[in-house]
Amino acid sequence: MSDAQSESSSLRHFVAYVEDQPGVLNRVTSLFRRRCYTIVSLNVGRTHEVGVSRMTFAVEADEDTARRIEANLYKLVNVLSVEDITGKPNLIRGLALIKVTVGQDKRSEVLQLVEVFRGQVIDLDTNTMIIELTGQQSKIDGLVSVLAPYGIAEMVQTGTVAMTRGEKGGAATGAAAQPPNLRGVFAA
Amino acid sequence: MASPMKSMTEPRATSASADPSANAELQTLSGSQIIWDTLVHEGVEVVFGYPGGAIMPTYDAMPDYPIRHVLVRHEQGAAHMADGYARASGRVGVCIATSGPGATNLVTGIANAMMDSIPMVCITGQVASYLIGSDGFQEVDFTGVTLPITKHNILVTRTQDIMPAIRQAFYIASSGRPGPVVVDITKDAQQGKVSHRYDASPIRLPGYRPEHHPVPREIEQAVEMIKAAKRPIIFCGHGIIEANATAQLLEFVQKTNIPVALTLLGLGGFPATHPLSLGMMGMHGEAWVNTAIQEADLIIAMGMRFDDRVTGNLKTYAQNAKKIHIELDPAEINKNVKVDLPLVGDVREILRMLLPQVEKRTCDDWNGHITALKGDTAVREIQSLPDNGTLFAAHVIHDLWRYTQGKALVVTDVGQHQMWEAQYYKHDYPRKLLTSGGAGTMGFALPAAMGARMACPDDEVWVVVGDGGFQMTACELATCAQEDIKVNIAIINNGFLGMVRQWQQFFYGGRYVATPIKSPDFVKLADAHGLKGIRVTKREEVQAAVEAARAFKETCIIDFRVEQEDSVYPMVPAGADLDNMIRRPVPVGAAGGELPSEELPGEAIKDVPPHNPIFETGKDN
Repeated sequence: MSDAQSESSSLRHFVAYVEDQPGVLNRVTSLFRRRCYTIVSLNVGRTHEVGVSRMTFAVEADEDTARRIEANLYKLVNVLSVEDITGKPNLIRGLALIKVTVGQDKRSEVLQLVEVFRGQVIDLDTNTMIIELTGQQSKIDGLVSVLAPYGIAEMVQTGTVAMTRGEKGGAATGAAAQPPNLRGVFAA
Repeated sequence: MASPMKSMTEPRATSASADPSANAELQTLSGSQIIWDTLVHEGVEVVFGYPGGAIMPTYDAMPDYPIRHVLVRHEQGAAHMADGYARASGRVGVCIATSGPGATNLVTGIANAMMDSIPMVCITGQVASYLIGSDGFQEVDFTGVTLPITKHNILVTRTQDIMPAIRQAFYIASSGRPGPVVVDITKDAQQGKVSHRYDASPIRLPGYRPEHHPVPREIEQAVEMIKAAKRPIIFCGHGIIEANATAQLLEFVQKTNIPVALTLLGLGGFPATHPLSLGMMGMHGEAWVNTAIQEADLIIAMGMRFDDRVTGNLKTYAQNAKKIHIELDPAEINKNVKVDLPLVGDVREILRMLLPQVEKRTCDDWNGHITALKGDTAVREIQSLPDNGTLFAAHVIHDLWRYTQGKALVVTDVGQHQMWEAQYYKHDYPRKLLTSGGAGTMGFALPAAMGARMACPDDEVWVVVGDGGFQMTACELATCAQEDIKVNIAIINNGFLGMVRQWQQFFYGGRYVATPIKSPDFVKLADAHGLKGIRVTKREEVQAAVEAARAFKETCIIDFRVEQEDSVYPMVPAGADLDNMIRRPVPVGAAGGELPSEELPGEAIKDVPPHNPIFETGKDN
């Protein structure tokens, strides 16, 4: 049973803290490539802690594969901590910029649509409009589909970023960065 | 490393001291000197390497330090020697090469060490830091190349980072699940000078926590499962040897009487001559082992990873068994085989936790059943069987086992001879069979044996190698001669790339495409190196040749001309059900009723000539 072919795959989100060193992104993506894990989205950025970056992955995987992704990421020396936040109360957001070809005749229509999706118009031209939208992938996809009939000239989106709700934050260092309870998941 | 010897040459102008006890003193050292100083502190006695432009400063500093260097003929040999050194000793093996092609020649050896979890540190030169990325002469992005085949790798561009990088490399290579670590050091970092003092403080790597420990509840659960099992079986893998847990395993088996099947790399982890040892499992495991696995109701897998060569078809694998998986690497849990209870941690520690809690038990019915399974398929004792004149690999290996009292350190290559070695040489001791398991690297045997000999100079080292694999790294014979490294080389010479030929015979309609291989006269080849060569074509010559090789003080090659189209039996075809084995063919004229020849899948199999020595020389069935 290969990881890639599992039937009960679903979209899962992982958060990893990594050392902010050259090549770390390469190590992580190389792991996903060689183990045939499918990355849907990947985001990397610095954090408030010096020398620590945070990655968010969206991955198609079943429960078993998710455990091994976690365990394999955890084996990388530069990975400080890994957490599978799927199923935990969380916030998942992406950002999209969408350039729509729209003349003056349809502009107000489009503006109404943007308002429904709580997007913002950040650039306006005689024939184009750039819309900024943050939200879950489904929301971005929704806006894209309603804008498509007007003509989308180009669009770009970031990888999704994610964070669990509530008091406890994942931390790169200290007690909260202890290794995940890898055994607990399997026992039972 | 005991006391450092005085340097053989006068210390260079920079007043380098090779004395580790002088570490309180701040010294101004070059990066090259720091490399050696750190290696000395890490206890390194020997490195295997080959010089070149980007590593020249380091070679220049070498004579001031009490480390022996073995000049190889190809860097692949250096990597395998470091690997063999590590496997035989349990310590970290070290190899060294220059940038570019020097480094890429290590790649096969590094991948091999990665697959078998061998602690190894590879130090490579790199072009100067200001040339990196400019496609400089002999520049290869070596940390990029080795990223997927190392446990970790480090590019060092500053002199002051050399010592911490090498210390980290040794720590990472040898802790947790071991593996190779590459330290790629730019030429300018080697040449730079900094004030240096060896730092012996604990290494701090916040993202690297390789230790795991099971909780008592899980141990209790395992104890319950073992108590409830009627047909339990233990798997002894490489982890038993790596964790030095052989004594604990033996104690566990003596208390529980559970039979033990071994993986290829686990051989020696449990004594082969112990009555409860079933031998090797998997593709070329004996029929009774694989049948027992399929019938077992509990598998206790220790330090092994359910490789596809062990399991065969996963869908039908050991379906009657609950599985306890004792494994250090959490990423191995449920990777190939779903288990009921993972115990993640060091297998020795876990066995120590289990030992006082498991109940003393017998498995008489179950062991009796397995013994009955052996009845019709066991490899017959061929020690004193009549000889019909044909030399078989099985004869050679069996006789080698006999004449070395089973105590030699045997290093095999990859292929038929490797499987025959696993079947016929009964290893009772750990670290006395070194073989390339996961990667299946031809050319491994000779250099790995040389490394093993360096680690264990008092051991009798035998290389068991095919005529194909031997030619892949035969250049290291010159290294044996130059460095005065004594190994005994048994070439199982059948004129074919035998395992591929066997597959062609079984699965490719007998078309021997690119498998007949012509070899040089190995006796003359030995002679050309100033070494000894012996040719053996008959069984009665085996003993004298083995004795002569042992007596000769330098490396000796024995060219065993064996039956050309012999095959390894039994065999589970790749991906087939574990108990669906191609069995040893029925001998011509034998009653044959007991052998399930009707199980042989495919037409081609029925034409297999009855080559196996068990039948050709034996009348015991």
